[in-house]
Amino acid sequence: MSSSTDAAPGAAGTAAPAAGGDRVRPRRGARPAALLLAGLVVLVAVTAALSIAVGTRSIGLGTVWQALTDPGLASEEAVIVRELRLPRTALGLMVGLALGVAGALTQGHTRNPLGDPGLLGVTAGASLGVVLAIWLLGVGTPAGYVWFAFAGALLGTVLVFTLGSLGRGGATPVTLALAGAALSALFFALVRAILVSDTDSLDSFRFWVVGALAGRDADVAWQVAPFLAAGLLLALLNAPALDLLGLGEDVARGLGQRIWLARLVGLAAVTLLCGAATAACGPIAFVGLVVPHVVRSVTGPAHRWLVPCSALAGAALLLAADVIGRVVARPGELQVGIVLALLGAPFFIALVRRRRLAGL
Amino acid sequence: MSTTAPERPGTRGRAVVRLGPASGRLRWRQVLVPATVAVAVVLLGAVGLGRGDFPIGVGDVLRTLVGLGEDRQRFIVLELRAPRIVVGALVGLALGLAGALFQTFARNPLASPDVLGITQGASVGAVAAIVLGGTSGVGGLLGGLGVPLAALAGALATGLLLFVLAWRAGIDGYRLVLVGIALWAVASALTDWLLTRAEVFDATAAYVWITGSLNARTWDQAVPLAASLAVLVPAALATSRSLGVLQFGDDTARGLGVRLVRAQTGVVLIAVGLTAAAVAAAGPIAFVALIVPQIAVRLTGGSRPPLLTSGLLGAALVIGADLLTRTVLPTALPVGILTAAVGAPYLLWLLVRGRRSTS
Repeated sequence: MSSSTDAAPGAAGTAAPAAGGDRVRPRRGARPAALLLAGLVVLVAVTAALSIAVGTRSIGLGTVWQALTDPGLASEEAVIVRELRLPRTALGLMVGLALGVAGALTQGHTRNPLGDPGLLGVTAGASLGVVLAIWLLGVGTPAGYVWFAFAGALLGTVLVFTLGSLGRGGATPVTLALAGAALSALFFALVRAILVSDTDSLDSFRFWVVGALAGRDADVAWQVAPFLAAGLLLALLNAPALDLLGLGEDVARGLGQRIWLARLVGLAAVTLLCGAATAACGPIAFVGLVVPHVVRSVTGPAHRWLVPCSALAGAALLLAADVIGRVVARPGELQVGIVLALLGAPFFIALVRRRRLAGL
Repeated sequence: MSTTAPERPGTRGRAVVRLGPASGRLRWRQVLVPATVAVAVVLLGAVGLGRGDFPIGVGDVLRTLVGLGEDRQRFIVLELRAPRIVVGALVGLALGLAGALFQTFARNPLASPDVLGITQGASVGAVAAIVLGGTSGVGGLLGGLGVPLAALAGALATGLLLFVLAWRAGIDGYRLVLVGIALWAVASALTDWLLTRAEVFDATAAYVWITGSLNARTWDQAVPLAASLAVLVPAALATSRSLGVLQFGDDTARGLGVRLVRAQTGVVLIAVGLTAAAVAAAGPIAFVALIVPQIAVRLTGGSRPPLLTSGLLGAALVIGADLLTRTVLPTALPVGILTAAVGAPYLLWLLVRGRRSTS
């Protein structure tokens, strides 16, 4: 809305009515978006390197390098780098990508700035799955939670999408958002009913619900990787359709878009991405909520840029927060979900206050 | 006082009311729905006075209320059940109103005190008081305040922070929502972190509080709550007109003679006050503020959540859910679980049946 007026300073000279007036300058052009994408690639590389090099235990850079390049090295440091930090970094990278993309898609489909993937029933479903696993089956490790969380997330989003599209108007942004909120309310009521009456379940659940990368071994990363890959693919396919949907459903339909198919693909992508991420790390709300807003302030609302940029920004943010969480509370560490909220929120508020963020 | 006009196209179900120089259209649903809900609140309250572990007949309840009952019945009805029902009804009223105010102001059906961080702020205060109570420093200070005051402090602090941070020459609904989710994220992260640091026993107590409960509420909670609502509820209802005009956007509202800054400030501060008063008395009873206004708007019709109906419906939901926990369920669950378990399916049903997709 407002973006058409804030022309770049350099654009003043081109205001003359040129004969080739049909060469319209792209709004909030592709150039800043491309620059952002390149910058984010570098940032992700840097944060990933930091995540391997920095940890609770100080290990020299040379040793880290040796451990990575020489698989035969079996010192304690080398094992830490290879067996703990490397899988953890890979997991953080994947989960960050997934959450950033899932957030962008959710906000696009619900057209609501409050649209984090948890809104569509993912977090509530995953929480219910984990609580039931703890309460009924006595499961007690992050690796054990994965499939239950994933199944719950799947159930949650499928129900939200079904209920949200049963009304006369089909799956409109408002019905989707409200169905998500209502179903989450219902699921959380069940979760709370169990947690309030069973202390042991609460004791396990409270450590899952903060959201952490610690204590997940390489198996967890391998388990969720295929789902994340499929989700990313669907999300990239869904981005152009989402741009059309942004023009309004009638216009999109007129331009040949099959609305329900676009919604279905988008929801499937969100379910796979956010479900797998939540299954691996517990609910991490902040990335999906905030990253798309920040990215949108540079790229504008076009999803073909917004989706890949949100992915990279999500990964960089998650890895950075994880590294900070390891450093600030030595010898222990602070869970990544908490670091994200405590450091990310003030930054986000400052951004919200400084400039008017592009609307959805 | 009123004359009804002959029916014209587009006026079905509406009557024209003239009162001196003023006239307006009256939609019957906007009168009948709140009236019905008000009757339901009274009935639920009356049933709630009689039902419980010691059922008391209607006649005895009435006799007790006019001061004629036996001592034992008087104690049960007036000291145990009445304050609980009064707190429940007032908390539901306050949360329903606060939700309707925020949702209308932000033009967003999800903007409620639960999502904007205010109830989470209260949770931080209360959980800190429960978990850190007895230690020194900030925790000891909060513990000394007691849980309700710590919750009140948390809610008010978060609400004022929301107000100050969202303020830039007026409050924009969109900015309010974005700042609100950031505060929500911080507050829930702090709560989760405090819960992981706590002893299991404290964590359970804190979790019950977070869910929202009416157990063991006495007149000590009911009286301050009633006093603050006596100021805040009329103030909230008085914002109705300017809220309606604010819907059209800031420029139009200013053009129509609304003092923009004053109206915005009033709406946000009243909503924060209502939420804070409610959570201090009963904890953040889950989802009432989020769900109830959306149910209300679907019942009455219209373009935005109706204030009075939202409040009344909130009261009905909370005391109805409380009645269920006390009579039907085998174990006494906190009321916050039942409000969601009852309210959410109803909203889903309304959505599925949904003829209107307005917010």
